Amino acid sequence: MFSEMLIKLWENGIILKGVWETIYMTTLSSLIAYIIGLPLGVVLSVTSGEGIRPIPWLNRVLGLAVNFFRSIPFIILMVAMLPVAKWIVGVSLGNRAMIVMLVIAATPYVARMVESSLKEVDSGVVEAAQSMGTGNQQIVWKVLLPEARPSLATGAVISMVTILGYSAMAATIGGTGLGQIAISYGHQRFQPDVTWCCVFLTVIIVQIIQELGAWTAKKIDKRRRG
Amino acid sequence: MEREVLEISHLRKQYDGQTVIDDLSLTVHEGEVIVVIGPSGCGKSTLLRCVNALEDIQGGQIRLHGEPISQKSRNLQQLRQKVGMVFQNYELFPHMNVLDNILLAPVKAQKRARREVKEEAMALLGRVGLENRAESYPRQLSGGQKQRVAIVRALCMHPELLLFDEVTAALDPEMVREVLEVILDLADQGRTMLVVTHEMQFARAVADRIIFLDQGRICEEGPPETFFDAPKTERAEKFLKTFTFERKNKSKSGIRPGEEKL
Repeated sequence: MFSEMLIKLWENGIILKGVWETIYMTTLSSLIAYIIGLPLGVVLSVTSGEGIRPIPWLNRVLGLAVNFFRSIPFIILMVAMLPVAKWIVGVSLGNRAMIVMLVIAATPYVARMVESSLKEVDSGVVEAAQSMGTGNQQIVWKVLLPEARPSLATGAVISMVTILGYSAMAATIGGTGLGQIAISYGHQRFQPDVTWCCVFLTVIIVQIIQELGAWTAKKIDKRRRG
Repeated sequence: MEREVLEISHLRKQYDGQTVIDDLSLTVHEGEVIVVIGPSGCGKSTLLRCVNALEDIQGGQIRLHGEPISQKSRNLQQLRQKVGMVFQNYELFPHMNVLDNILLAPVKAQKRARREVKEEAMALLGRVGLENRAESYPRQLSGGQKQRVAIVRALCMHPELLLFDEVTAALDPEMVREVLEVILDLADQGRTMLVVTHEMQFARAVADRIIFLDQGRICEEGPPETFFDAPKTERAEKFLKTFTFERKNKSKSGIRPGEEKL
């Protein structure tokens, strides 16, 4: 029923290792992308024209930088950023370099996600906080971020799934994980069942991320009943 | 004459070149309750928002106890803490329970001790009949309850001036009363208030002075009895007429089916 290749890959633990590598790359890249992208998104939202502290030039500069990186297709960005990866982590191959690429590609995406989540916060409650003499920093920490939490959680799920997709593409220039197994065993050695196995496992990972995210979003949403 | 709390002089506010408030001057004294009425779009809500510097202004000055308040004020946060505002749509923070909604600004902005503010908040919630809702979230409250919480939230800041911006406009008729009674009670305590409302009966009861705005200007002002019973301007008279109804031909017999004339 299964090809010898698939059975061998399974028995050697290569597939499980691929699953682990995919999860590891996705999670770590998402985490770093959020560490940089979350503050960036906050700044983008706060300094915009409708924000609580408009700074047009800063907003414009950051907005342009974000758009620049977002408009480059990931596969091209990866190749272009190889020297940067080498400069940051010392190598331009393997998972460490791939994580740098993923972070470079994902951070602007995350920043826009965060920005749009914060913009969804009802401007009325922000005004209420302002009218009580609450400072901008406190408004960010105590009103904007807490009120945006469910939307931030949903955004994080979308970002992670996108990053997972990118991580598979990273296999084309030396990344590992399920993407690499699908390409080098499934595609290049003509073993469609290996490819399908990778597809199946990826779907399961995405599903787990989705469910976890939806559960978290629901848990922290105090606006709804139940 | 009592001390002046708020002094608005020659205020001008424009949106995209359109003048919303035009050379408006108004002084509010300590303990005075001023009710601002007028047709929609006359600038009454904008006026309140200017007093709290939620809007930038294009001319004139607003002073709170002599200190100019505008978006450019360096001590804007301190000045805003002296002005409590209650909004038409409550604007409670949906992810915080009632108590946290009330405590946020006094604890974070005014740096007061949480325990002290909490005691005060509980006492005030008791006064408006909501002592057992401290742990509730806004979604669990009725409109009237939310608005009473919003009033308590404003009061906990110890404001020197309270602004009420059409606070019953989004409420069901039965809930209007519970909110207006709280405001009447505050008036009796001698609070200084600037109230925008469409409830004429209430305006008459609560106001020391009525300000009638039309097209961004004060068209008429005076004590409520004079204003409501004998308005001096034609414009005010016309406005007040919109609150009374009469039928022209009540005595005529009805039209039988099939006989309708169009």
